[in-house]
Amino acid sequence: MTVHDPLPVGQPAAGSPVAGSGPAAAAAIGLAAGGPGGPPRGPLDRAARRRAAGKVTWRQALRRDWQLYTLLVLPVVFFAVFRYLPMAGNVIAFRRFRPGGSIFGEEWVGLHYVQMFIADPAFWQVFRNTLALGALSLLIIFPLPVVLALMLNELRSRRFKRVIQTISYLPHFMSVVIVAGLVFQLTAVRGSVNQAITALGGEAVPFMQLAEWFRTIYIGSEIWQTVGWGTILYLAALTTIDPQLYEAARIDGANRWRQTWHVTLPGIRPTMVVLLILNIGTFMAVGFEKILLLYNPLLYPTADVISTYLYRVGILSSNFSYATAIGLFEALIGLTLILSANAISRRAVGTSLW
Amino acid sequence: MVTTDSPARTDRRPAATAPRVVKDSRGTTVFRAVNAAALVLIAAVTLYPFVNLVAQAFSSEGYINAGQVNLWPKGFNTTTFQVVMADPMFWRNYQNTVVYTVVATAIAMVLTTTFAYAISKHHLKGRSVFIGIAVFTMFFNGGLVPNYVLINELGLKNTLWAIVLPNAISVFNLLVMKSFFENFSTELEEAAEIDGLGTYGKLARIVLPLSKAVIATMVLFYAVSFWNSWFSAFLYMDRAELYPVTVYLRNLLAAATSLDAMGGGSGESTQIASNVKAVTMLLTVLPIICLYPFIQKYFVSGVMLGAVKQ
Repeated sequence: MTVHDPLPVGQPAAGSPVAGSGPAAAAAIGLAAGGPGGPPRGPLDRAARRRAAGKVTWRQALRRDWQLYTLLVLPVVFFAVFRYLPMAGNVIAFRRFRPGGSIFGEEWVGLHYVQMFIADPAFWQVFRNTLALGALSLLIIFPLPVVLALMLNELRSRRFKRVIQTISYLPHFMSVVIVAGLVFQLTAVRGSVNQAITALGGEAVPFMQLAEWFRTIYIGSEIWQTVGWGTILYLAALTTIDPQLYEAARIDGANRWRQTWHVTLPGIRPTMVVLLILNIGTFMAVGFEKILLLYNPLLYPTADVISTYLYRVGILSSNFSYATAIGLFEALIGLTLILSANAISRRAVGTSLW
Repeated sequence: MVTTDSPARTDRRPAATAPRVVKDSRGTTVFRAVNAAALVLIAAVTLYPFVNLVAQAFSSEGYINAGQVNLWPKGFNTTTFQVVMADPMFWRNYQNTVVYTVVATAIAMVLTTTFAYAISKHHLKGRSVFIGIAVFTMFFNGGLVPNYVLINELGLKNTLWAIVLPNAISVFNLLVMKSFFENFSTELEEAAEIDGLGTYGKLARIVLPLSKAVIATMVLFYAVSFWNSWFSAFLYMDRAELYPVTVYLRNLLAAATSLDAMGGGSGESTQIASNVKAVTMLLTVLPIICLYPFIQKYFVSGVMLGAVKQ
C-alpha cells in the first residue's frame, strides 16, 4: 500500500498507486478531526468574496487572472486525459471493442455484455467473495483504530506513546509487494506461524493452499498494515475534546468507563461517521493489488474478487468490453453506496462529506 | 494545526489531583498496566514480521527450511547478499526504481503545486468547478480496462511515461497543498503585488520559498508512493530491463508461490530460496526503513494539515 490517493470507489484505477482508504481520504476532504472547527472569520469572509467574485464577468476574470488560469492548463489536461477520458472509455461496455481500433469501440451492442456477466456463474462467485471481504473489512477493521486510539489516549508517558505510534504507523509505508512477501514468509509451511502451531502440538497448515484460510489471512494482513495509521485522525479528534467536559462528567459521578462512553465517544463521532462513509464507499474495491499478489488458483473459491476477475478477463484474456461492463457495474455500486451512506448520515447524524 | 500529542491532553484529566487518586488508584493502576502491556504486545506483533525478515536474510537456507529461524539468524552468512547483488537485473531494476521515482515526483510536484496554488485563490472565477473536477475523481474512475486501452493507444507502453503520467496528480496531495496555500498570509502576497510581482513572480519568489515544509511533505508523499508502486509497471512494461525493483520482487514471489500452489514443488533446483527472497525484500525496503524515523513526522503533520477545515 502506498501513501497517497485514497482508494477510488469501484474499480481499481489502472496502475494508480492505490492506498489505504480512511484517514487520508477523510483528511483530504477536510472534514476530519471532529468538532466545530475552522477559522472564526471563515463563513463571512467567504460570502463576501463570493459576492465580490459574482460581479466579475468571465472576460474580466480572464483579463485579471490569466496567469492563474495558465497555471491550471496542464493539470486540467491531466484530469481530462487520464481521468475523464477513461470514464468516457467505459462506453466500450456497450460497444464491441477491437484491439487496434478506436478506444471507444466499433459498434453498439447494447446490453450484450451486461447480460453476459449476469449469466456468468463465475461472476456471481467473485461477486459473493467481494461482498464477503468487503463486509469483513468493514465490520472488523473499521472499529479497531478507534479502540487503538482510545488505548493510546490513556497513556500518561508522552515518549512511550510516541514510540508506540511510530511503530504502529510503520507498516503503512510498506509497498504492497513487501506486505505480500511478509505474508508468504510468515504463513510458509516452515514459517513462524506454523512453527508456533507445531510447538503447541498441532499439525503444520499449508495456509496459502487452503481456500478456507484466505479471508483470515487477508483481513489479518489488512489489520497489520492499516490500523495504526488509521488512529491518526481519531487521536487528533481526541485532542479537541474540551477537558471541562470530563470534569463535569466526574462531578456528576461518572467513572472512567462512563466518561469514555458519554464524553470521549460522542467527541470523536463526527470523525467516525466520515470515515465510515468513506469505508462504505470503498466496500466493493477490496484490496485488488494485494489479492492479485497473494492469490493462486487454489485460493480462487474465496480469494477471487470482482477486480481480480476482471483483470484476468480483461487484461490477460483481452475481453476488453466484457471486463469493462463488469468494472462499470462495480464502480456504479461503489458510487451508489457512498452517495446513500452520505445521504443517510446527513439525515441521521447531521455529518456528511458534502 | 492539530498534532497528535498536543499539550492539552496532559491536563485533560485533572483526576490526578491528590484526593481523588487515592480513592480509585487501585483500579486505575491495574487498568493502566494492562493497557500499557497490551500496547507493547501490539507493537511487538507489528514489528515481528520485520525482525523475522532480517533474521531470514542473514540465515542459511537449511535452517529456514527446517523451520528454525524466528527472531535471530541461524547459520549467519552474508553470501546471499552477494548473490542477490551480483544479479545485474536486480541492480538494473533498482536503478529504474530510483529514476522513475525521481522523474515522477518532479512532474507530480509541478502539476500539483500549480493546480493547488490556482484553486487556493478564492477570487478565482470557476474555482469550485476546478475543485469539483479533481474531487469527483476520488469517487469515480474510469477503471482498469479503459485506462489500459488508453495507455496502449497513446503509445506509452514500455516507456517511463506509462508510470509517470497517469499518476501525476494525487487528489489527496492536491487538497493538502490547497489548504496550505489558503492559509498563506495574504498580506505578504499583496505587498509583493504592490512591488510589481505578477502571479508567477509571487509564486516563485514569495510563496514557494516560504512553503518549504509543505513541499517537503508532498515530495515525501509522492516519492514513497512511487517507490512502492508496482502495478503500473507490471501492467505496462513488457521487458525485464524496464521493471522497477518492486516488479522484480513480485516476479520472484510469484515464481515461488506458483510452485507452492501446484502442490509439493520442493524441487531444490527450481525453488527460489527463502533467504534470497528475504534479502531482496530487505534491500527493497531498506531506504524506507532507514529514512522512516526522520520522515514519519512529516507524513503525520501532512495528514493533519489536510484535516484542517478551511
